[in-house]
Amino acid sequence: MASKGNTATIVFALVVTTLSAALLAAAATLLKPAQDENILKEKQQNILSLVGLNGPDDYKKFDALVQSIVIDQDGQIIPGAEAISLDLALEKKISTKDPKYKVRYPMYVYKDPKGRTTYLLQTAGTGLWGPIWGYLALDEDGNTLRSAIFDHKGETPGLGAEINTDAFENQFINKKVLNDQGQFVSVKVEKGKHDASMPHAVDAISGGTITSNGVSKMLEEDLASYLKYIRQQAPQTSPL
Amino acid sequence: MSEVAVQNPVEKKPLIGKKERKLITDPLSDNNPVTIQVLGICSALAVTTQMKPTMVMALSVTAVVALSNFVISLMRNAIPPRIRIIVQLTVVSVLVILVDQALKAYMYDISKQLSVFVGLIITNCIVMGRLEAYAMGNKPVPSLLDGLGNGFGYGFVILTVAFFRELLGSGKIFGFQVIPDAMYEAGYVNNGLMMIPAGALFVVACFIWVQRSLAKHLEEKE
Repeated sequence: MASKGNTATIVFALVVTTLSAALLAAAATLLKPAQDENILKEKQQNILSLVGLNGPDDYKKFDALVQSIVIDQDGQIIPGAEAISLDLALEKKISTKDPKYKVRYPMYVYKDPKGRTTYLLQTAGTGLWGPIWGYLALDEDGNTLRSAIFDHKGETPGLGAEINTDAFENQFINKKVLNDQGQFVSVKVEKGKHDASMPHAVDAISGGTITSNGVSKMLEEDLASYLKYIRQQAPQTSPL
Repeated sequence: MSEVAVQNPVEKKPLIGKKERKLITDPLSDNNPVTIQVLGICSALAVTTQMKPTMVMALSVTAVVALSNFVISLMRNAIPPRIRIIVQLTVVSVLVILVDQALKAYMYDISKQLSVFVGLIITNCIVMGRLEAYAMGNKPVPSLLDGLGNGFGYGFVILTVAFFRELLGSGKIFGFQVIPDAMYEAGYVNNGLMMIPAGALFVVACFIWVQRSLAKHLEEKE
């Protein structure tokens, strides 16, 4: 290889980078619809699996199975807003920069065949390395968690990444978000052993403290907003 | 890529001869990139808990090594020596991003399991190693074969590792349970060590041990 002049080197670099950029831009544009569809499908499947709808085609009937609503952080319904496309993490990010911004929350109401209502909620926060998020099923009493799903973008495998395992998620089943006086206390992820006698806490993950704290924090922030809405509903849905 | 190919037409090669066949078979055993050259170990530890994602990882690495070898070999006489490493990296990155995007579009579940490790193929030493050691000095077709051979060599090792890790760690092969429930009822438990990266170190070490005992000529003379 003979050594080449600066001009030749720069021209070569420009040609290579331009071709690479064009190729990548084309691929990203062409594959975007298929990727978005996967993300939407996964979200719908996650939400439906909270109430045990795990069939491979259930997500296609998503709109028929659940009623989607959007509320703001004060518990007021925002009419006409689309829930499924709402990016909760982005909403919360905007609100940290602009304190006056009201976070919009997507919410799905599921009525089982017996007529019992379950509120399907979303939550989003930050772990150690990046975003973490979750889906929660709250009973119509506005107090009891029926199930929880968590996931993360890139927490440490074996440590923080354990939040998406059944062992961690199943701990949330039947936990209560209100104390005996009916005040909101959320469910904390903390160190130590927790059993049924401790309705407001679950075991944290050893070595995953920052991720665990992130889960506690996002649950506290987001459940508080959802409860403002759900508490307004409680009298209407009561059998009396 | 096709534009480059037009500028530098591939030299016509006759049938795949003995030399070409050696390019494929050597990296499978005597010159294996993982167990002999000890390259690409990091991903061999990280992605091998289950066979299905491992298979996809092996195919992804093979595609990237083979195609980047081919493209770099086509350009080898035009690449200015002073920027050759960065040009190699650009080509590798483009291919890796394409693989990652395609996985996200068509194999979403697996792409989530592999997460960052697909992106990290860019830093897989096997890729850069083959570009520097082979593609920069050889014609496109042998370079493509060399890339395929090394990809298969890598894939063979990580699939073997994944086989033992999935079998011993979760009692499954390709996600299908192979250890009968009766065994678990009789007190058999899955080996938790196999589920963590340290388990892969043991399996890779055993692999190298077996390979070196079978092929004595690989041992360095004292």
